[in-house]
Amino acid sequence: MTASHDRKGADVIVVGGGVTGLSTAWWLARAGVDVMVIEKGIVGWGASGRNGGGATHHQSPLFAEEQRLWPLMDELLGYPTEYQPKRVRMALSDAQMDEFRIGVDNTRGQGFPAEWLDAAQVREMVPLAGDNVRGGVYYERGGHANPQRTVQAYAWALQDLGGRILQHTAATGFERRGDRIVAVETSAGSFSCNTLVLAAGPQTGILTALLDSEVPVTPARAEMIVTEPLPLMPIGGVDGNHLYGRQTLRGNLAYGGGPHEWLRPEDDGVAARPSSPLARNVAKRLVELFPKAAHIRVIRSWAGVIENTPDGRPVIDRLPTAGNVIAATMSSVGFGLSPATGRAISQLVLDGRCDFADLSSFRLSRFGNLSPDWREERGWLPPQTDDDDARAA
Amino acid sequence: MARLDERSTAGKPLPVREHARLLVIGAGPAGLSAALEAARRGVAVVLVDEHPVDHALMGLDVPFHFGQRMGGAVRNKSRMIETIAAADERIAEAFEAGVDVRLGISVWGLFSPRPGLRWLRGHVAGLSDGESSWFLSFDAAIVATGRRDVGLAFAGWELPGVMGVTAASTLLQRYEAFDGRALTILGSGVEATGFAKAALAAGREIVALIEVGETPRDPAGCAELAERGVPVLTQTMIARAIGGHDGVESVLVRRLDGDAADAREELACDTVVLATGAAPVIELLDVAGAEIGFVPHRGGYVPLLDADGRTSVAGLFAAGDCAGIWSDKTVDPAIAAAEGVRSASAACDELAGGTTTMWQPAPAAEPSPADEDVEDVRSAWVAAAMTVADAGTHLCQCEEVNLADLLGVRPPRYLSGKDGERNSHDLAALAADGQVSQDQIKRLTRAGMGPCQGRRCREQVGAVLAKATGTPLARMPLPSHRAPVRPLPLSAFAEDHEPDLLARNWEGWFGIASQWEPFWTLSSDAASTEDRP
Repeated sequence: MTASHDRKGADVIVVGGGVTGLSTAWWLARAGVDVMVIEKGIVGWGASGRNGGGATHHQSPLFAEEQRLWPLMDELLGYPTEYQPKRVRMALSDAQMDEFRIGVDNTRGQGFPAEWLDAAQVREMVPLAGDNVRGGVYYERGGHANPQRTVQAYAWALQDLGGRILQHTAATGFERRGDRIVAVETSAGSFSCNTLVLAAGPQTGILTALLDSEVPVTPARAEMIVTEPLPLMPIGGVDGNHLYGRQTLRGNLAYGGGPHEWLRPEDDGVAARPSSPLARNVAKRLVELFPKAAHIRVIRSWAGVIENTPDGRPVIDRLPTAGNVIAATMSSVGFGLSPATGRAISQLVLDGRCDFADLSSFRLSRFGNLSPDWREERGWLPPQTDDDDARAA
Repeated sequence: MARLDERSTAGKPLPVREHARLLVIGAGPAGLSAALEAARRGVAVVLVDEHPVDHALMGLDVPFHFGQRMGGAVRNKSRMIETIAAADERIAEAFEAGVDVRLGISVWGLFSPRPGLRWLRGHVAGLSDGESSWFLSFDAAIVATGRRDVGLAFAGWELPGVMGVTAASTLLQRYEAFDGRALTILGSGVEATGFAKAALAAGREIVALIEVGETPRDPAGCAELAERGVPVLTQTMIARAIGGHDGVESVLVRRLDGDAADAREELACDTVVLATGAAPVIELLDVAGAEIGFVPHRGGYVPLLDADGRTSVAGLFAAGDCAGIWSDKTVDPAIAAAEGVRSASAACDELAGGTTTMWQPAPAAEPSPADEDVEDVRSAWVAAAMTVADAGTHLCQCEEVNLADLLGVRPPRYLSGKDGERNSHDLAALAADGQVSQDQIKRLTRAGMGPCQGRRCREQVGAVLAKATGTPLARMPLPSHRAPVRPLPLSAFAEDHEPDLLARNWEGWFGIASQWEPFWTLSSDAASTEDRP
C-alpha cells in the first residue's frame, strides 16, 4: 500500500465515526497506516455512544478477542473507558432461568467459565436484589464499559497517532475507477483513498447501495432510563428480567429493553431524540430486578437508532461490486465487540484476512437469495399512522 | 399483507387513565388566563400545576434553586395546597368556572406521534403526584410552564442559603414559607429589584444588591431601593460565600474595576439570592419535539411560535414566560395573561372546528430598549464568575465539575488514576475538530448529569463553553432535555397497568433468535440465508 501524499485524502478512509469505524481506524493507525474518519455529525453520536455498554457476546467469533482486549483498552488507548469485568444475569422465574441456558452453553463452548447461581448466591453478589430472585448465572469474563467515554477514547487515541477525523461531514457519493473506489465525495469536498471502509451504522445500507451492493439493514429506535447514583455494587454488570444495562462506575443504574420501533431510512437522527412512554415499562422491570432500589429516582432517559440485518448477525465483508471497499455493520451488537471488530477489519484491510477469528458467518453472500420483501415478511416496518390509514382509505 | 413484528411498538396499546379536551400545564398568570378563557368558551379544561412541590424534591433544587431556604411548613403538603390556592384568587375563580384544577401534580413528559413514536395514536402527557404516575391523553395543550432560575458558581455557592430568585419569590409569595432573613442579592435587573421590594415588605433585610456591570440594570428600581437604604454595588462580584452546616453567614465581595481591583468587603447575610437571569422552562416543549430557537432578547432558547402561540407540534401551544422572558413581562403579569388568552382562543377554535392551522413561525418581535440581551448579561456574569472561580468552585454541584475540568474536558474524579491523572484532549482541541456540543461535554465531564437534571448549571456551562470557544451563545446547540423532566422514584414512575400484549411480547433486545446462535454452528454455507423470517 502506498502512502498518500495528498492531504486531501488518506490511504484508508473510514466512513462513520462510531465505535466500529473508530476502532478500525485506530488499529490501522497503530499499524502506521494513514487513515481518516469521515463522520456526518459528532463521533459516537449514534448508537455507539448510546447503548448498554455490555461486553458479553458469547455467540460471536470475536468473543475471545473481545475478552482478551477489554482489560487492556485503557492502557492501549491512553484514555479511560470505564471498563469493568464480570457479569451477573439474574432470573426472577424458572422460565427466565431457562432462557440463560444458551448463553451458558455458548460461553462454555468458547472455552470460558459460566457458573449457575442459586438465589442466595445471587443475593450475596447483588446487594440490590430482593426475595423474588430465582437464581442466575455468573460470568467471570464479560463486563461493561462507558460507551460515550470509550468512543471518545478511540477518537483521541486515533488522533494521537496522527489519524484524522472530519466531523460534521457527510459522505454523499463515491468516485469509481474500474472496480475500485478512488475517492469519497462529501459535503466538504472529495477525498481520495486506496481503501474504503463503510461502517456507517444505519446509513451503511444507503451508502453501499450507491456502490450497487445491498447490505440489507433496517434501522430501529430503542431507549434506556437512568437513575440517580447509588452506592456501588461489587459487580456493576448486573442484568436480567428482560432488561440489559449496568450500574455505571458513578453509581447510576442505566437499563433498557422492550419494544423497538422500526424506522424509515430517512428517520435516522430525528428519531433518536424522543423519549417515550415505554420508559415506565422499563422502570417497572427495573424495580422488579432491584426491589431495594425502588426509592431511587429516575433522572434521565435516552434513545438511540440501531440497525439490524435480516438474521441479526454482523456483516464484515468486501463488496462484490467494489474490490477495495469493506462494509461493516454489527447488527445492533457493536459496542462491546468493538476492540476486536476494529482489529479484525484492520487485518482485512492490511492482509486480506483475519488471523484470530473465523469471520465466515459475517459474509454478505449469505443474503444472496434474500427476498426483496424481507422487511415486510418480518414485519420490520414503521407502525401505521393515522395518516397512513387515511391514505390507504 | 405485511406481518407484524410483535416485538416492536407497532399495534401496542398505551394504558391511558384519563382524557382532557384541553390540558393547561402551569397555573401562573398565563396558564390561569388560558384555562379561564377556555372555560368561558365552554371547553372542558384540566389545569395542572406542580406546586406545592414535594419537600424532598425542593431539597434537590427542583424545579427551582431553593437553596434549602424553604420553611418547615412546606413539609405539610395538604396545608400547602390551601396556601397556594389562596395565594392567587384566580385559582378559586377557575374552580368555580368548572376548570378541573390539579395542584401538586407534575407533568414529566409530553409525547406526540412522530418518527420513532409512530405507534402513539395521539397526544399524551405523563403526570405524577410523586407517589404514582399515569398518562392523560389530550386533544390540545397549552404549555405555560413559566421560568426557572439560572445558576452562577462562586466559591461556597453550594452552601445552604444560596438560592435563585424564582425560588425565593415563590417561597415568599406562593408558599409563604421563606426562611431567609438577611439577603444579599446578586443582580440589579427587574427580577432583583422586584423581589427586593417584596422581601422588604415582608420584613426581610436586604443587605445589598451586587451588580457586575457599570450601572444598575433597573435604574429606577435600584434608585427606589437606595432611598430605602439598600446599597447597590456595581462592578462587583461575590468572590465567596462563607458559612457552615446551617448555611451562609457572610459573603466576600470583590470589586472588578481596574482602580479598586482586589478591594474586598465582607457582608454579613444568611441568604444569597441569584437574580442574574431566568430561563424559560422549555423542557416539555423540547421533549415533545417542538422547534426551539435562540432569541437573545427573549431569554435565550424559546419555542418558535406563530402569532397565536402555536408551536410546530400540531395541537400544542405555549404561553407566558416559557415562551419568552423580557423585562416588561417580568414586571407586568398582564402580558403573560394576554398570551394565555390568545393561545386558549386559538386552541378552542381548533377544537371547535376539528381542524389544525398550519404552523408558520412569526418573526421575533423587535427588541425594545428595556429588553436585556441574554448574550450580554449572561456572558458578563459568567466572565465575572470565571474570574473569581477557584478549584473548589463546582459549576455542576451534583457531579462536582469545576472550570478547569470543563476547559480540560477532564474525565470525572472517580476515574483519577495514579497521581490523580485524568487524560483527555482539552476543549480547544475538541473545538478544532468542529462545533462543540454541550451534550458531548456533558457526557465526557458529567457536567449537568446529576439529580438536579442540570437545572443549576445548564446555562452557565453553555456560556463557559461559548466564551472559551469564541462561539456566540446563539450558535451553541441546545443541550437536549429528557423525560422524565422531574426526578421520580422508580416505584412512582413504574407502569402499574401494563397491557398483557406488551408484557407477553417484551424482549430484552430485538428478539431475533438467529442473532444469538453460536458462530461455530454456522459454516459459511449453512449461514447462507434462505429467506426465513
